[in-house]
Amino acid sequence: MASRRSRSAQATSSRITDEQIADLLAKLQALLPEHRIRSADRVSAAEVLQDACNHIRSLQREVDGLSGRLAQLLAMTDSSNAQAAVIRSLLK
Amino acid sequence: WRAPPGTRTLTPRFGPSKPMLAFRFLRALTLVHRTAANSSNAARSRRIQRAAFASMAYSAGPRRAWSRALLCRLHFHRARRRCAGRRRAAGVPRRPSTTGSPADGLRRLVPGGTGMDYCGLLEETADYIRCLSEQVKLMQSIVDSVGPGGR
Repeated sequence: MASRRSRSAQATSSRITDEQIADLLAKLQALLPEHRIRSADRVSAAEVLQDACNHIRSLQREVDGLSGRLAQLLAMTDSSNAQAAVIRSLLK
Repeated sequence: WRAPPGTRTLTPRFGPSKPMLAFRFLRALTLVHRTAANSSNAARSRRIQRAAFASMAYSAGPRRAWSRALLCRLHFHRARRRCAGRRRAAGVPRRPSTTGSPADGLRRLVPGGTGMDYCGLLEETADYIRCLSEQVKLMQSIVDSVGPGGR
Protein backbone atom coordinates (compact mmCIF):
# COMPACT_ATOMS: atom_id res chain seq x y z
CA MET A 1 0.00 0.00 0.00
CA ALA A 2 1.37 3.40 -0.91
CA SER A 3 2.78 5.24 2.03
CA ARG A 4 1.67 8.66 3.13
CA ARG A 5 4.29 10.30 1.02
CA SER A 6 3.05 13.56 -0.30
CA ARG A 7 2.00 12.91 -3.82
CA SER A 8 2.45 16.51 -4.75
CA ALA A 9 6.18 15.91 -4.98
CA GLN A 10 5.54 13.24 -7.56
CA ALA A 11 2.65 14.85 -9.30
CA THR A 12 4.16 14.66 -12.74
CA SER A 13 2.23 13.10 -15.52
CA SER A 14 3.93 9.77 -14.86
CA ARG A 15 4.45 8.40 -11.40
CA ILE A 16 8.01 7.45 -10.65
CA THR A 17 7.83 4.40 -8.50
CA ASP A 18 10.56 2.81 -6.49
CA GLU A 19 10.30 -0.24 -8.72
CA GLN A 20 11.00 1.87 -11.79
CA ILE A 21 14.05 3.35 -10.14
CA ALA A 22 15.24 -0.09 -9.03
CA ASP A 23 14.70 -1.35 -12.56
CA LEU A 24 16.72 1.50 -14.05
CA LEU A 25 19.47 0.95 -11.52
CA ALA A 26 19.57 -2.75 -12.37
CA LYS A 27 19.82 -2.00 -16.07
CA LEU A 28 22.63 0.44 -15.40
CA GLN A 29 24.42 -2.00 -13.17
CA ALA A 30 24.27 -4.64 -15.89
CA LEU A 31 26.38 -2.41 -18.12
CA LEU A 32 29.17 -2.01 -15.63
CA PRO A 33 32.21 -4.26 -15.53
CA GLU A 34 31.89 -4.59 -11.77
CA HIS A 35 28.60 -6.32 -12.33
CA ARG A 36 30.31 -9.62 -12.78
CA ILE A 37 32.31 -9.19 -9.62
CA ARG A 38 29.55 -8.10 -7.33
CA SER A 39 27.43 -11.17 -7.13
CA ALA A 40 25.22 -9.80 -4.39
CA ASP A 41 21.95 -8.74 -5.90
CA ARG A 42 21.27 -6.03 -3.37
CA VAL A 43 23.85 -3.44 -4.25
CA SER A 44 23.18 0.00 -2.96
CA ALA A 45 22.23 2.73 -5.37
CA ALA A 46 25.21 4.75 -4.26
CA GLU A 47 27.56 1.95 -5.25
CA VAL A 48 25.97 1.60 -8.67
CA LEU A 49 26.25 5.33 -9.26
CA GLN A 50 29.84 5.38 -8.06
CA ASP A 51 30.74 2.45 -10.29
CA ALA A 52 29.03 4.18 -13.20
CA CYS A 53 31.12 7.31 -12.57
CA ASN A 54 34.31 5.28 -12.48
CA HIS A 55 33.35 3.42 -15.62
CA ILE A 56 32.54 6.58 -17.55
CA ARG A 57 35.82 8.15 -16.46
CA SER A 58 37.80 5.12 -17.57
CA LEU A 59 35.99 5.05 -20.91
CA GLN A 60 36.75 8.71 -21.47
CA ARG A 61 40.38 8.07 -20.62
CA GLU A 62 40.39 5.26 -23.18
CA VAL A 63 38.99 7.60 -25.83
CA ASP A 64 41.76 10.02 -24.91
CA GLY A 65 44.45 7.40 -25.27
CA LEU A 66 43.03 5.95 -28.46
CA SER A 67 42.77 9.43 -29.97
CA GLY A 68 46.45 9.90 -29.35
CA ARG A 69 47.33 6.59 -30.93
CA LEU A 70 45.12 7.27 -33.91
CA ALA A 71 46.79 10.64 -34.33
CA GLN A 72 50.18 8.98 -34.47
CA LEU A 73 49.00 6.23 -36.79
CA LEU A 74 47.33 8.68 -39.14
CA ALA A 75 50.57 10.55 -39.44
CA MET A 76 52.40 7.44 -40.43
CA THR A 77 49.93 6.01 -42.86
CA ASP A 78 47.93 7.49 -45.65
CA SER A 79 44.19 7.89 -45.54
CA SER A 80 43.40 5.02 -47.85
CA ASN A 81 44.93 2.64 -45.35
CA ALA A 82 42.87 4.12 -42.59
CA GLN A 83 39.71 3.83 -44.63
CA ALA A 84 40.49 0.25 -45.51
CA ALA A 85 41.12 -0.45 -41.84
CA VAL A 86 37.80 0.99 -40.75
CA ILE A 87 35.93 -0.94 -43.43
CA ARG A 88 37.72 -4.07 -42.37
CA SER A 89 36.74 -3.50 -38.77
CA LEU A 90 33.16 -2.91 -39.90
CA LEU A 91 33.05 -6.26 -41.58
CA LYS A 92 34.29 -8.14 -38.56
CA TRP B 1 14.22 19.18 -30.12
CA ARG B 2 13.24 19.63 -26.54
CA ALA B 3 10.98 16.89 -25.31
CA PRO B 4 8.06 18.39 -23.40
CA PRO B 5 8.73 18.33 -19.68
CA GLY B 6 7.04 15.57 -17.83
CA THR B 7 7.22 12.97 -20.55
CA ARG B 8 8.74 9.94 -19.06
CA THR B 9 8.79 7.28 -21.66
CA LEU B 10 11.12 4.43 -21.05
CA THR B 11 12.40 4.57 -24.57
CA PRO B 12 12.93 1.31 -26.41
CA ARG B 13 16.50 0.32 -26.48
CA PHE B 14 17.68 0.94 -29.99
CA GLY B 15 21.11 2.40 -29.84
CA PRO B 16 23.04 4.12 -32.61
CA SER B 17 23.74 1.78 -35.47
CA LYS B 18 27.35 0.70 -35.55
CA PRO B 19 27.85 1.21 -39.28
CA MET B 20 26.55 4.78 -38.95
CA LEU B 21 28.89 5.44 -36.08
CA ALA B 22 31.81 4.02 -38.03
CA PHE B 23 30.88 5.97 -41.14
CA ARG B 24 30.71 9.27 -39.32
CA PHE B 25 33.91 8.66 -37.44
CA LEU B 26 35.74 7.59 -40.58
CA ARG B 27 34.59 10.71 -42.37
CA ALA B 28 35.82 12.84 -39.49
CA LEU B 29 39.14 10.99 -39.38
CA THR B 30 39.63 11.54 -43.09
CA LEU B 31 38.96 15.23 -42.64
CA VAL B 32 41.41 15.47 -39.77
CA HIS B 33 44.02 13.65 -41.81
CA ARG B 34 43.53 15.93 -44.76
CA THR B 35 43.44 19.24 -42.94
CA ALA B 36 45.71 18.65 -39.99
CA ALA B 37 48.48 16.72 -41.64
CA ASN B 38 51.07 19.25 -40.56
CA SER B 39 49.76 19.89 -37.07
CA SER B 40 51.29 18.48 -33.96
CA ASN B 41 50.30 15.11 -32.66
CA ALA B 42 48.60 16.72 -29.70
CA ALA B 43 46.46 18.95 -31.91
CA ARG B 44 45.46 16.03 -34.11
CA SER B 45 44.72 13.96 -31.05
CA ARG B 46 42.41 16.65 -29.70
CA ARG B 47 40.61 16.86 -33.04
CA ILE B 48 40.19 13.11 -33.18
CA GLN B 49 38.84 13.09 -29.65
CA ARG B 50 36.38 15.79 -30.60
CA ALA B 51 35.46 13.80 -33.70
CA ALA B 52 34.83 10.76 -31.55
CA PHE B 53 32.36 12.59 -29.34
CA ALA B 54 30.78 14.28 -32.32
CA SER B 55 30.24 10.97 -34.11
CA MET B 56 28.73 9.54 -30.97
CA ALA B 57 26.39 12.45 -30.52
CA TYR B 58 25.30 12.64 -34.16
CA SER B 59 24.68 8.92 -34.33
CA ALA B 60 22.63 8.97 -31.15
CA GLY B 61 20.67 11.85 -32.58
CA PRO B 62 18.44 14.36 -30.84
CA ARG B 63 16.34 11.77 -29.03
CA ARG B 64 18.79 11.66 -26.14
CA ALA B 65 19.47 14.47 -23.72
CA TRP B 66 23.17 13.68 -23.50
CA SER B 67 23.64 13.76 -27.27
CA ARG B 68 21.72 17.04 -27.52
CA ALA B 69 23.91 18.51 -24.80
CA LEU B 70 27.07 17.29 -26.52
CA LEU B 71 25.98 18.71 -29.87
CA CYS B 72 25.19 22.06 -28.30
CA ARG B 73 28.54 22.09 -26.59
CA LEU B 74 30.36 21.18 -29.79
CA HIS B 75 28.65 23.86 -31.83
CA PHE B 76 29.15 26.42 -29.10
CA HIS B 77 32.82 25.65 -28.84
CA ARG B 78 33.25 25.75 -32.58
CA ALA B 79 31.64 29.18 -32.74
CA ARG B 80 33.71 30.40 -29.84
CA ARG B 81 36.89 29.09 -31.37
CA ARG B 82 36.31 31.09 -34.51
CA CYS B 83 35.93 34.26 -32.46
CA ALA B 84 38.47 33.79 -29.73
CA GLY B 85 40.98 31.58 -31.50
CA ARG B 86 41.36 29.48 -28.37
CA ARG B 87 41.55 25.77 -28.78
CA ARG B 88 39.87 23.42 -26.38
CA ALA B 89 38.91 19.84 -26.71
CA ALA B 90 35.18 20.22 -26.67
CA GLY B 91 32.78 17.54 -25.64
CA VAL B 92 34.88 16.13 -22.85
CA PRO B 93 33.97 17.13 -19.32
CA ARG B 94 37.13 18.40 -17.76
CA ARG B 95 36.10 19.18 -14.23
CA PRO B 96 37.55 16.73 -11.73
CA SER B 97 34.96 15.21 -9.49
CA THR B 98 34.80 16.81 -6.11
CA THR B 99 32.94 15.72 -3.05
CA GLY B 100 29.23 15.32 -3.32
CA SER B 101 26.75 12.57 -3.71
CA PRO B 102 27.47 9.97 -6.40
CA ALA B 103 24.48 11.27 -8.30
CA ASP B 104 26.12 14.69 -8.43
CA GLY B 105 29.32 13.14 -9.67
CA LEU B 106 27.36 11.41 -12.40
CA ARG B 107 25.63 14.64 -13.32
CA ARG B 108 28.98 16.24 -13.94
CA LEU B 109 30.16 13.38 -16.13
CA VAL B 110 27.13 12.82 -18.32
CA PRO B 111 26.59 15.67 -20.80
CA GLY B 112 23.50 17.61 -19.89
CA GLY B 113 23.32 15.80 -16.59
CA THR B 114 22.91 18.83 -14.41
CA GLY B 115 19.45 19.49 -15.74
CA MET B 116 18.11 16.00 -15.27
CA ASP B 117 15.99 14.44 -12.63
CA TYR B 118 17.06 11.19 -11.06
CA CYS B 119 15.26 8.81 -13.38
CA GLY B 120 16.33 10.68 -16.47
CA LEU B 121 19.89 10.65 -15.22
CA LEU B 122 19.82 6.87 -14.83
CA GLU B 123 18.43 6.35 -18.33
CA GLU B 124 20.81 8.79 -19.95
CA THR B 125 23.79 7.34 -18.09
CA ALA B 126 22.99 3.85 -19.33
CA ASP B 127 22.69 5.07 -22.92
CA TYR B 128 25.81 7.20 -22.63
CA ILE B 129 27.82 4.26 -21.31
CA ARG B 130 26.55 2.06 -24.10
CA CYS B 131 27.52 4.58 -26.77
CA LEU B 132 30.88 5.35 -25.19
CA SER B 133 31.67 1.63 -25.12
CA GLU B 134 30.78 1.32 -28.80
CA GLN B 135 32.97 4.27 -29.64
CA VAL B 136 35.89 2.80 -27.70
CA LYS B 137 35.43 -0.56 -29.44
CA LEU B 138 35.35 1.15 -32.82
CA MET B 139 38.49 3.15 -32.15
CA GLN B 140 40.27 0.13 -30.77
CA SER B 141 39.49 -1.94 -33.83
CA ILE B 142 40.72 0.84 -36.10
CA VAL B 143 43.95 1.06 -34.15
CA ASP B 144 44.30 -2.69 -34.33
CA SER B 145 43.73 -2.68 -38.08
CA VAL B 146 45.92 0.29 -38.95
CA GLY B 147 48.63 -0.42 -36.45
CA PRO B 148 51.66 -2.59 -36.97
CA GLY B 149 50.73 -5.98 -38.24
CA GLY B 150 47.27 -4.88 -39.19
CA ARG B 151 47.54 -5.26 -42.91
